[in-house]
Amino acid sequence: MTALKLEKVCKSFGPVKVLHDIDLTVEDGEFVVFVGPSGCGKSTLLRVIAGLEDATSGSVEIVGRDVTTTPPSKRGIAMVFQSYALYPHLTVRGNMELGLKQAKMAKSEIAARVAEASRMLSLDDYLDRRPAELSGGQRQRVAIGRAITREPDLFLFDEPLSNLDAALRMNTRIEIANLHRTIDSAMVYVTHDQIEAMTLADRIVVLRDGRVEQVGSPMDIYNDPDNQFVASFIGSPAMNFVKAAAYGFDKGAVLGIRPEYLTIVDGGRLSGVVTHIERLGAETNLLVALDTDDVLTVRLFGQYSFDVGQKLGVDFDDANALFFDENGQRIR
Amino acid sequence: MNKARRNIWHSVAAHGILLSYTVLALFPVFVILINSFKTRKAIFRNPLQLPGPDTFSTIGYETVLKQGDFFLYFQNSLIVTVVSLFFVLLFGAMAAFALAEYRFKGNALLGLFLALGIMIPIRIGTVAILKMMVASGLVNTLTALILVYTAQGLPLAVFILTEFMKQVSEDLKNAGRIDGLSEYAIFFRLVLPLVRPAMATVAVFNMIPIWNDLWFPLILAPSEATKTLTLGSQVFIGQFVTNWNAVLAALSMAIIPVLVLYVIFSRQLIRGITSGAVK
Repeated sequence: MTALKLEKVCKSFGPVKVLHDIDLTVEDGEFVVFVGPSGCGKSTLLRVIAGLEDATSGSVEIVGRDVTTTPPSKRGIAMVFQSYALYPHLTVRGNMELGLKQAKMAKSEIAARVAEASRMLSLDDYLDRRPAELSGGQRQRVAIGRAITREPDLFLFDEPLSNLDAALRMNTRIEIANLHRTIDSAMVYVTHDQIEAMTLADRIVVLRDGRVEQVGSPMDIYNDPDNQFVASFIGSPAMNFVKAAAYGFDKGAVLGIRPEYLTIVDGGRLSGVVTHIERLGAETNLLVALDTDDVLTVRLFGQYSFDVGQKLGVDFDDANALFFDENGQRIR
Repeated sequence: MNKARRNIWHSVAAHGILLSYTVLALFPVFVILINSFKTRKAIFRNPLQLPGPDTFSTIGYETVLKQGDFFLYFQNSLIVTVVSLFFVLLFGAMAAFALAEYRFKGNALLGLFLALGIMIPIRIGTVAILKMMVASGLVNTLTALILVYTAQGLPLAVFILTEFMKQVSEDLKNAGRIDGLSEYAIFFRLVLPLVRPAMATVAVFNMIPIWNDLWFPLILAPSEATKTLTLGSQVFIGQFVTNWNAVLAALSMAIIPVLVLYVIFSRQLIRGITSGAVK
C-alpha cells in the first residue's frame, strides 16, 4: 500500500509556476527525503502534501484516498516544523493533546497516547512546563511528540534540525532515525543538509526549480547520478568537472570525478600545483591548479603534510569517471 | 575621579529636565484639583494656593452633582468609550488578520483603502453623518456615537495591527490548521494573545480622543439622556458667567476614570512586550 502518491502535481503562485508535474510515490514505512537548493520548491511541495497549500493541478493520494481537496486536519498527516511552532500558552501536555481534543477523542485514549509519546521521547519530566521554559532541543522533541500522538499515516518534517546547533543536530538526527525504526510509519523529510539526507533516507528525491531531478537510494544518487546537477549537489566536497576532450576522452563533453577518487602519485596523468590546503583532522583536502588551467579538489583520508606551491602528480581510475553530455545529462 | 563627576552632572541634568517636564505636565491638573475644592472668590484671589480652612469648599462638587445627572453623563461616556474601543479592536483585528494572512485579489488595494482613513479627518463628513443618523433615526442615541467612533478608530487600528499580525509565525498558524483548529479558533486563541501589546497601543491611542470628544456628542446626541461627560460639563460654561467651581469639579471627576483605564492598558502593554512570544 502506498503511503503517498503524487500525480502530476503543479503549483503556481499567480503567474509564477513553482512546481512542474511532480510524480512521486512513497511506500508504506518508507523514509523519503526531499533535497535541493534554496527556492527549489521542496517546502512548497511539502505544504501541498500537507494541505496547507492547494495544488493548482494534479492529485495527492494518502494511503489510497484522494485528499487533493481535503483539509489538513483530515488527511491523516502530522507535521514537524523548523521553528517548532509550539502553542505558547499551553503546557507540553496541552500541546500534545490539542489535536486529539479537536478530533473529539476519548479522554482515556488521549492520556494513553500522550503517555506513550512522552515515554518514547523522555518528556515525562517536562509535561507540565510551558514551551518558553524549555531548551531548543526539548522544544523540538515536544514538536515531534505532538506529531506522534496523532498516529498519522504520514509524518512530514520541514527542516526540523535547522535551528539546532551542530552537536544537538547529530543527536536529534539519531533520535529521528530511531523513531523511524520504532514507529515504522512513512515519513517525508525536507532538508537542504546533505548529511541528513544521506543518513536518514531510504530514498532521496532531488529537486531543482520545481522539478524532480532524480529519485533513488542515497548510494544510488551518490554513485550513479542521472545528471550533472545531481552529481554536483550530493557529496561534499563537490565533484570535480572538467572538459572530457582536454584529457583525451572522446565520450561526452564533461568528465566528472569525485575528490576522493583522485590520488596523488608521482608521474600521474595530470600534473599541477597546490594552491590551498584544508586540514580537517580526519581528512586533508587539496586544491590543485592543473597545468591545463582547471582546478581540482583532491580529498585524502588521514593527515598529510603538503605545502602551497608544491608540484605534484594526480591520477584516477577511469572506472570512477562519470561522463555527461553538453546538456548535463549522464552518458552511461 | 573626573568620570564620576561628569556622570553625576549628567545625571543631575537628566533628572532636572525630566522633573521640570513632569511639573509642567502635571501642573494644570494639580491646579484644577486644588481649585475644585475652593470657594469662587478664593480661586481668583489665589489660584495657586492650596485650599486652607477658610477657603475650602465643596460647593463645586455639590453644584455638579445636583445640576444635571452627573453619574448619567459619566455612564454614557463610559459606555460609548468602552464599546467603541471593543468594536475598534474586534473589527480592526479581524480585518488586519484577513489582510495579513490570506492571499486574495485586491488585498493590497483593500489595505490601502482602509489606511486612507488615517489621512482623512472624520469630521469633514459631519453633515453627511448627521443626515445619515437622522435618516436612520439614530439621533440622540449612544449607538450613533459608537458607530462614529468605531469608524474613526478603525483605519489606524487596521494599519498598526496588520503590521503586527504579519510578524506572527506562519508555522504556528499552520500547526493549528493541521491540528484541526478553525480559522476563527486560530485567530482568537493563537494570534490575538500574541498581538496584545499592539492591541493595547491601539486602545490607548483611541481612548483619550473618544472620551474627551465634544464635537460628535454635541451634534449627534445632545439630549439630556445621552449627554457625555464632556458635553455635560459645558453647561457650566456660560456666555457671560462661568461657574468655575462646578467646571473644575466636573473636570476633576472626569480625569479619574481615564487615569484608571490608562494605567490598566499601559500595564498590559508593558507586560505584553516583556513576556516574549513564540520562540
